[in-house]
Amino acid sequence: MTNPTSPAAPGQSRGERNFARVQAGMKKRRAAETRFRLYGMIAVGLGLSFLLVLMFSIVSKGYSAFLQTYVRLDVPLLEEVIDPEQTRQLDTLRSADYGALVKQNLRDMFPEVTGRRDKFALYNLVSNGAGFDIRDRVLANPDLIGTTLSIWVAADDDVDMLLKGHIERTGPEADRRIKDNQLAWIDKLNAEGRLEKRFNVAFFSNGDSRDPELSGIRGALMGTIFTLIVTLSLSFPLGVAAAVYLEEFAPKNRWTDLIEVNINNLAAVPSIVFGLLGLAVFINFFELPRSAPLVGGLVLTLMTLPTIIIAGRAALKSVPPSIREAALGIGASPMQAMLYHVLPLALPGMLTGTIIGMAQALGETAPLLMIGMVAFIADVPQGIFDPSTALPVQIYLWADSPERAYVERTSAAIMILLAFLALMNTVAVLLRKRFEQRW
Amino acid sequence: MTQTPILVLLLLALSSAAFYFGRKRAFQVAGGQIRKLHSLPGYYGLYVAIWAALPALLVLGVWLSMEGSLITQMVVSTLPASVQDLGPDKLNLVVNDIRNLVVGNIVSGTPDAAMQAAADRYRELQSISKLALFGVTLAVAAIAGWLAFSRIAPHHRARNGVERIVMYVLIACSLVAILTTVGIVLSVLFESIRFFRAVPVSEFLFGLDWSPQIAMRADQAGSSGAFGAVPLFAGTLLITLIAMIIAVPIGLMSAFYLAEYASRRVRAIAKPLLEVLAGIPTVVYGFFAALTVAPFIRDSGSILGLDVASESALAAGLVMGVMIIPFVSSLSDDVINAVPQSLRDGAYGMGATRSETVRQVIFPAALPGIVGAILLAVSRAIGETMIVVMAAGLAANLTANPLEAVTTVTVQIVTLLVGDQEFDSPKTLAAFALGLMLFLVTLVLNVLALHIVRKYREQYD
Repeated sequence: MTNPTSPAAPGQSRGERNFARVQAGMKKRRAAETRFRLYGMIAVGLGLSFLLVLMFSIVSKGYSAFLQTYVRLDVPLLEEVIDPEQTRQLDTLRSADYGALVKQNLRDMFPEVTGRRDKFALYNLVSNGAGFDIRDRVLANPDLIGTTLSIWVAADDDVDMLLKGHIERTGPEADRRIKDNQLAWIDKLNAEGRLEKRFNVAFFSNGDSRDPELSGIRGALMGTIFTLIVTLSLSFPLGVAAAVYLEEFAPKNRWTDLIEVNINNLAAVPSIVFGLLGLAVFINFFELPRSAPLVGGLVLTLMTLPTIIIAGRAALKSVPPSIREAALGIGASPMQAMLYHVLPLALPGMLTGTIIGMAQALGETAPLLMIGMVAFIADVPQGIFDPSTALPVQIYLWADSPERAYVERTSAAIMILLAFLALMNTVAVLLRKRFEQRW
Repeated sequence: MTQTPILVLLLLALSSAAFYFGRKRAFQVAGGQIRKLHSLPGYYGLYVAIWAALPALLVLGVWLSMEGSLITQMVVSTLPASVQDLGPDKLNLVVNDIRNLVVGNIVSGTPDAAMQAAADRYRELQSISKLALFGVTLAVAAIAGWLAFSRIAPHHRARNGVERIVMYVLIACSLVAILTTVGIVLSVLFESIRFFRAVPVSEFLFGLDWSPQIAMRADQAGSSGAFGAVPLFAGTLLITLIAMIIAVPIGLMSAFYLAEYASRRVRAIAKPLLEVLAGIPTVVYGFFAALTVAPFIRDSGSILGLDVASESALAAGLVMGVMIIPFVSSLSDDVINAVPQSLRDGAYGMGATRSETVRQVIFPAALPGIVGAILLAVSRAIGETMIVVMAAGLAANLTANPLEAVTTVTVQIVTLLVGDQEFDSPKTLAAFALGLMLFLVTLVLNVLALHIVRKYREQYD
């Protein structure tokens, strides 16, 4: 026992030899222990770093979409273009060719530009929506006619991308979205202080558009809100009622067993299958309108219902039986004990489950593709019967668009979507913390 | 349609009035002494209110769902025989035209006299139906309300009546789940049967060739359309396998680490953060896979001299694996925590190190639950849609090379059903057959997994 770490030498007793063997084994075992621990740390680290990379990639691509390049134009509002007969009728003002004013103004700024192609390239620097911006200003204040209006209008998405550094300035001209002459014009505008990056209002106030600089998420957001309203107003009462029945009143027999297995299964059925159901039943059989938030909401209701029922049952289960028994003891009927005593105590838990279900529904895309909520819809929907898209579907549509400017818009839309999800989950967590009760 | 909300509001108003009068009546029959009543006065009010509203609302619902098809049938029966003999497809077009005429939309072709007459008849029937609906529902509400009202007496068991109705409503709500399953099964089954009439089951299940394009003209090249789904199954399996290779080791190891090694603080931070991965919408993963991961894999592949397709199975599988990590880890975490502490203590008492305890005691004990968790994760991966729609290919390649583009069952369902559809071509029906396969496979996996997990839980409870 003088030197425990020394290898077994001849002449040692049996006990000493065993001890040495164990000591040698210990080293191995400790190494295995450290290794195992390390693998675990690596696994957790990998998982977290995936999350980090994902978030970083989305935010780094998307933050620039909240700013958009605008061009300052000093547009003379010529009466002979807008309202030649000086009637100041709303219809006349509305249908006037404001785009021509913008083009005229651009030609005046660059008098050296001649030739159809060059002019066309020049017009392309400014968004197609510029005319509408001027129209809105004129409609709001017809007295402007005859004066010169200084207005910031959105630049074309290619100009925007160039200034944000996403399009190369160099390289063979034929491969570039922005040609040499356009580069010269842009640099001149920039030198005159006519280009500026400002907060991208259109992104929040417009519906979808074929022009990236005019496209926004308002239409998709409204579609999502309408869809979720339908989902919430159906799935919450249905889910609570089903949970109450199954947990409190259902007799234990084959039927209720079937319902229970069924609900557990439905929770794991792929979402796209719910889309097929919606297509076959709601659209083909009941002939409900295609692409409408109503149908989307119905499909998502069926999808989130299992989540809400399962959460609701758990919440009911956590209410101690003594409450129920006390109510029954003073003469309440089972239904009264349920409605007035157990349900109010279980409601916060049910609400938490519902919010989590809604968060699931908010991010769901595949079933909405099946029921036609993928159409290109530029108008902002006004109700649950109007054709619309939803935020995740809009992300899918933009992700497929080839224009470079849609990459940052897609990422920005994802940031908005994630923000909503984070908000909903935070509310759910706070609700749980606030009302969590230990009996 | 605008009158339906008015009618509903009217019914609700009627029902509120019924509540008020029912409650008042209860006081009246009791002569002001509530203890003579069987139930609280409010229950008498509720009883009358429910009877005033519920039957009328049911009538309203049935009426609205039947109205369209009944009127259409009545109009069609008045059409000239030459039109009625056109066959279902063309008749449908005619009916559509008539409906458009009614609403005032643009009609294909100029409407002839018969059509105009039919449209007029349609409009006439519609207005009759509207009036009748108003009359019938209000009459039903009034009669049922009155009957309930007249039954109010001190000995009348109003509370039991109300509670019975509430119970029926609760039962109806929990039947929605059953109806959903039935709806899913029926909707995919019927269309699949129609599909299998055109394409034999054996060809669908064992065919090696998938090109679902149906020719517009008979003489078009490649016109037949091939519906052999094996390449789709193989593609789905390949991507699922890649996802599992990522998710199972990482998920399991992090579950073991978080359950057995991590300090409370680390666990409280890392676990919710990992679960964030499960909460991110799949469309976000799809975007990430298509725009960040796939180009990265392609570029690093070309550095190594490998030829990687831009929609490689590897990219989609990798990202899907990341998405699945929290499923594996949190489900395994549950089962690991369910292993009784006595087993751990026993192992430590024998001198085992932590990792030995995990590997030789906890892992075997938790194995059934872990298998269940992995099965659930596989089912999730098979049914996952958006990641593969955005990051995997469309062409049906029968290959085991993860660097090539493959397509999956869900991708094909989406591509077959998004866009123009006609419900009599095998092309669209094929999507439902694929949906049926998907539903069946995930169902079997889920039932198996839930069974294993449940059985396992009972073992230690």
